[in-house]
Amino acid sequence: MNKSANRNAGKSNQDLPVVAGNGLIDRRALLGRGVILAGAVGAGIGPSAAGAEPLADDPWSLEIGEATPPYQMRSKFEAKVVRTLSNPNNEPRNSHARTPHHLLEGTTTPNGLHFTINHGGIPVIDPDKHRLVIHGLVKQPLEFSLEALSRYPQVSRVSFLECGGNSAPMFSPEPMQESVQALHGLVSCAEWTGVKLSTLLEETGIDPNAKWLVAEGADSPHLSRSVPVKKALDDAMIALYQNGERLMPGNGYPMRLLLPGYEGNMNVKFLRRLKLVEQPAMSMYESRTYSQILPDGKAYRFYFLQEVKSFITSPSHGMALKGPGLYEISGIAYSGTGRIEKVMVSADGGKSWAQAALQEPVQSKAFTRFRMPWRWDGGPATLQSRAWDEAGNVQPTRAEFVAVRGELTKPPPVLAFPNQHYNSITSWGVASNGEVKHVYA
Amino acid sequence: MSTRKRILLAASFVLATTAGVSLAETPHLGKPVDEAAISSWDISILPDGTGLPKGSGTSAQGAPIFAEKCSACHGDNAKGGLAGALVEEKKISGISASQKTIKNFWPYATTVFDFIRRAMPFNMPRSLSDDEVYALTAYILAENKLIGANDTMNAETLPKVKMPNRDNFIIRFPDRI
Repeated sequence: MNKSANRNAGKSNQDLPVVAGNGLIDRRALLGRGVILAGAVGAGIGPSAAGAEPLADDPWSLEIGEATPPYQMRSKFEAKVVRTLSNPNNEPRNSHARTPHHLLEGTTTPNGLHFTINHGGIPVIDPDKHRLVIHGLVKQPLEFSLEALSRYPQVSRVSFLECGGNSAPMFSPEPMQESVQALHGLVSCAEWTGVKLSTLLEETGIDPNAKWLVAEGADSPHLSRSVPVKKALDDAMIALYQNGERLMPGNGYPMRLLLPGYEGNMNVKFLRRLKLVEQPAMSMYESRTYSQILPDGKAYRFYFLQEVKSFITSPSHGMALKGPGLYEISGIAYSGTGRIEKVMVSADGGKSWAQAALQEPVQSKAFTRFRMPWRWDGGPATLQSRAWDEAGNVQPTRAEFVAVRGELTKPPPVLAFPNQHYNSITSWGVASNGEVKHVYA
Repeated sequence: MSTRKRILLAASFVLATTAGVSLAETPHLGKPVDEAAISSWDISILPDGTGLPKGSGTSAQGAPIFAEKCSACHGDNAKGGLAGALVEEKKISGISASQKTIKNFWPYATTVFDFIRRAMPFNMPRSLSDDEVYALTAYILAENKLIGANDTMNAETLPKVKMPNRDNFIIRFPDRI
């Protein structure tokens, strides 16, 4: 009886349509055909039901559970799902916290795990005393309290936020043996709710000579960035809520500038002032930090965009596959220039590719989850993903990227970001023993 | 007016408003303020010198201030310590940000004043007088031999400092400005 069931499952397994080298299976096998996959998983290596222990009630089923708290926290068994910190003792320098993508699924980064970078600690801001001033080349300078802004028409949008220096370890000349959290943890995605900046600028009026806004935070470095008026009138928002609740302190409580698709540092947190001016301020962060040196010695200025990008979160570096069989390759794709159009996945280091399934809804400038069924035969494999966006931009291969942008002469400190705006392909090498490592391919 | 015309008019109004034409009704809950009331917050400096305050300072005046308030992190004579060096003689070699110095990379001297005034000292930002900020700016620029040892920095002279790397930048996406 059992033998017969296994034989049937084995037949289904063989029937799964392989669409690219090294065992990639048609993404449509994921959609509405779960029975086939479920049957296939058990093929050959499935456990036998013979001699199984009878099910028993565990202690938690036999006693009253814990009290319901006013603000609920996750299970204590999830305590290892945390951000990694660059400066846990708050020494006098900046602090980064990276999102553990390899331990998450879907497209929403929980508020407690959203990446943050703060340049002078996290200010403790009394929301009743905080003010946002808009002034400079306007008809009427205005001051807004949080209470006043909360009475404006609110808009919500899902948007990724990425540090311009995310993925900086990928500039290393050799693949750094680090997790997806260390390599790509300075990007997250949330639903942001607030007031469109264009609504407020309509009330202040804009002098036609105004081309830039200088945004400034209420944190101790008074962090300052210049933003084109063009972006301010497009999709910029004064964000007040993050995934439905007020902003996390590290994400800019009580209000921040949100510039969908633009480098994180420009999305000024603890926002207290917007000054409209004719020319950019050339603040330190724009004229030095986020101006990337190029191989010929010149440097980019005003990069702004976080370009089309994807990476596989599972399997990824540090994981171990438990024997041959069916797995789901899962990852994140996003682009600062619109919606993700498609994601291709390779299991043979880019020799052949197959199209991944995209989780709906696919939203502009937001995380898109892609998935791909894969039958690992137990041999070496190299997993890659490559994304296209609706504007026609394609994620470059590492060779294409390095040819233009160069690479470092030695591996950088993994927590530093001495380079910016890396968006090319990430490769995970799967060894015959199931171990997954970061490789270049 | 016929019913049909009224419907068309109503429809065109809806089109006009959804197309981003100004709505008559926004909440108007902002409190009007004048620039005088904002001046204590308004520390924005533009590279042409717009926004630079009155006051002045020299390298000689800046040296003791640096030793007292800055050297604990930036090292003696600004050669680097817990925080980065501010006086460094090296050419850019390779693409790492560690290659960037004030002298070989920063395009505008006004940025030195701006950053000191808004963010330094790290543990006591906004505690320096404008004269002290000018003096520290003069000290850093003079030690880097970007100005003369006896030059005075003020709202007139600072924007005129020629930074060697100024014309070495490429605007990445000009159509986004």
